[in-house]
Amino acid sequence: MDRTKIYVPRETSAVSVGADDVAVTIARISKERGTDIQLLRNGSWGASWLEPLVEVETGAGRIAYGNILPGDVATLFDGGFLVGGTHPKRLGPINEVPYLIRQDRWTFFRCGLIESLSLDHFRAASGFAALERAFEIGGEAVVQAVLDSGLRGRGGAGFPTGIKWRTVRDAPGTQKYIACNADEGDSGTFSDRMLMEGDPYGLIESMAIAGFAVGANKGYVYLRSEYPLTHKIFSKALVNARDAGWLGADIRGSGFDFDIELHLGAGSYVCGEETAMLESLEGKRGIVRSKPPLPALAGLFGKPTVVNNVVTLASVPNILRLGAERYAGFGVNRSKGTLAFQLAGNIRRGGLVEKAFGITLRELIEDFGGGTASGRPVKAVQVGGPLGPYVPAEKLDTPMDYEAFVGIGAMIGHGGIVVFDDLTNMARLARYAMEFCAIESCGKCTPCRIGSTRGVEVIDRMINGENREDNYDLLNELCDTMEGASLCAMGGMTPYPVRSILRYFAEDFAAPRQAGITRRVHE
Amino acid sequence: MSLNNGYDAAITSSIVARFDARPEMLIQILHGVVERFRYVPEAAIRQLADELNLSRADVYGVVSYYHDFLTALPGRHRVKICQAEACQAMGSRELTEHATATLGMALHETKDDLTLEPVYCLGNCACAPAVMIGDRVYGRVNADRFDELVAALEDAG
Repeated sequence: MDRTKIYVPRETSAVSVGADDVAVTIARISKERGTDIQLLRNGSWGASWLEPLVEVETGAGRIAYGNILPGDVATLFDGGFLVGGTHPKRLGPINEVPYLIRQDRWTFFRCGLIESLSLDHFRAASGFAALERAFEIGGEAVVQAVLDSGLRGRGGAGFPTGIKWRTVRDAPGTQKYIACNADEGDSGTFSDRMLMEGDPYGLIESMAIAGFAVGANKGYVYLRSEYPLTHKIFSKALVNARDAGWLGADIRGSGFDFDIELHLGAGSYVCGEETAMLESLEGKRGIVRSKPPLPALAGLFGKPTVVNNVVTLASVPNILRLGAERYAGFGVNRSKGTLAFQLAGNIRRGGLVEKAFGITLRELIEDFGGGTASGRPVKAVQVGGPLGPYVPAEKLDTPMDYEAFVGIGAMIGHGGIVVFDDLTNMARLARYAMEFCAIESCGKCTPCRIGSTRGVEVIDRMINGENREDNYDLLNELCDTMEGASLCAMGGMTPYPVRSILRYFAEDFAAPRQAGITRRVHE
Repeated sequence: MSLNNGYDAAITSSIVARFDARPEMLIQILHGVVERFRYVPEAAIRQLADELNLSRADVYGVVSYYHDFLTALPGRHRVKICQAEACQAMGSRELTEHATATLGMALHETKDDLTLEPVYCLGNCACAPAVMIGDRVYGRVNADRFDELVAALEDAG
């Protein structure tokens, strides 16, 4: 008889709340009780609020148990865990968990499903089928499919991916590169990480497809150093893929050569900006470059380079496998397809929700997220990372659509959604926006380097009640200068969250002083 | 400990060799240096400039630019508390106050072989607040859990 398969995620969030200890405990108790199990380490399904989420494979499918602590394992076995037995923490079949079945899993369809580093699992879940399809239809058809799908860059800027690929494909020169941006520094975002931890071969396949489509034989992944587990998993995946002939010279007899080099960032937020990332990949300080030239024409080492975010690239294989029309069928208006929304901060059911564009912020926060973790009303939501404006509670019915968000003075960015409850002092967050810019500014342009420090000072004076009205005007003027004269989004967009707070929550500047941003006591 | 905190030039040379002395691998090489020595000693900056055919200003510029590359020896345990928005929403500022008060040290300080540092997002935003110790990330860290984690470091010596 086959050994019973048990899945315990090896993914940062799951491990951060004890998944490794749970795995060790399951192995130990199984041995003590003389049962024969096979422990598999998958990625996360994205329901971070249920982590560690353990599954057992039974005749009736994979049965899930949520929030399992090492201390629960003995009682799991007592309840007949290995045949999906009862337990207070039993969730039922994984494919019936409401949080998961209501999603549109396109890019993340393998995350959680497969053992992350098993090439057999990957192949069995259509892995490399899209690369094989690309070899059949040729590079031109691949670029056309990406264009037809309407896919836009998921890193934040939303630039049409197909146009970028077409530009690089048509650019003169024999040496071209694929540079994958995995410098996911925005607070409230973790989709790149989850994909690389849960489906690392999926990203490898995606980069190979991009390389084949534009004529690049080398890819780079720029991964932030704050993701050490991702680094371990993805490094191992590269070795395995190379050993199996899916990377390197003449991939599987196709005549196409492609390999990937993994670079680790070193704690600089600005390196998530594409030109700073290219500088960093060249081993230099992460100083933003002026554009033009576009990276698509003169990027890494001056060569034509596709710079795409992890999720953008990973959306492509299913576009080739299932058709561009299928992908374009998701979404609304000019926001085609799906986005991996990330529910974070003060939220009851935080995690990753891949859903077609058009869902409202309220549906994501209330239906999926279950409201705030504190049970208190939502005060504000920051969408799109630290440079994203704060959206007040009265705008929660806005649909997730790039243009609709611009319409309310907000942005979707990389899809991070950070929720704050009514105890939050927003003035402290305005100060933080400037403080973060001062810490992370690359220093090349004055509005960002100096403006951010002056911004902290002005906000401090407002919080202290010194000439509040004059300082309000001064802060607005400073924001004008930073927005208009900074070289990149760091200085140019730091005013966005600040101004949204001035607009919607100005009264918080007069709130009594307090230690944190909230008056909450954490026990 | 010697003047250079145990710096060994031969180890740095072997790290450079592992990356074929490619100057564009400077950041990756510096990670190797930090992994081995915990910081980037002055001697390493001079040596890397020589071995990679870069100027000392080039190497120093990179070292000083990136938060990961410390130029002074930190404690054996680097404890980082996430300060970014999602963690703030779940009380990371209060947690940071708790940490500085109970440990009797400010952020960026080192005491008893422990360095307390801020970090800006660990990608664990759905399980906030997050803390990183060494290369391990911890989620849903309240004051009690923080104290336990620090106590475990002390027990480990």
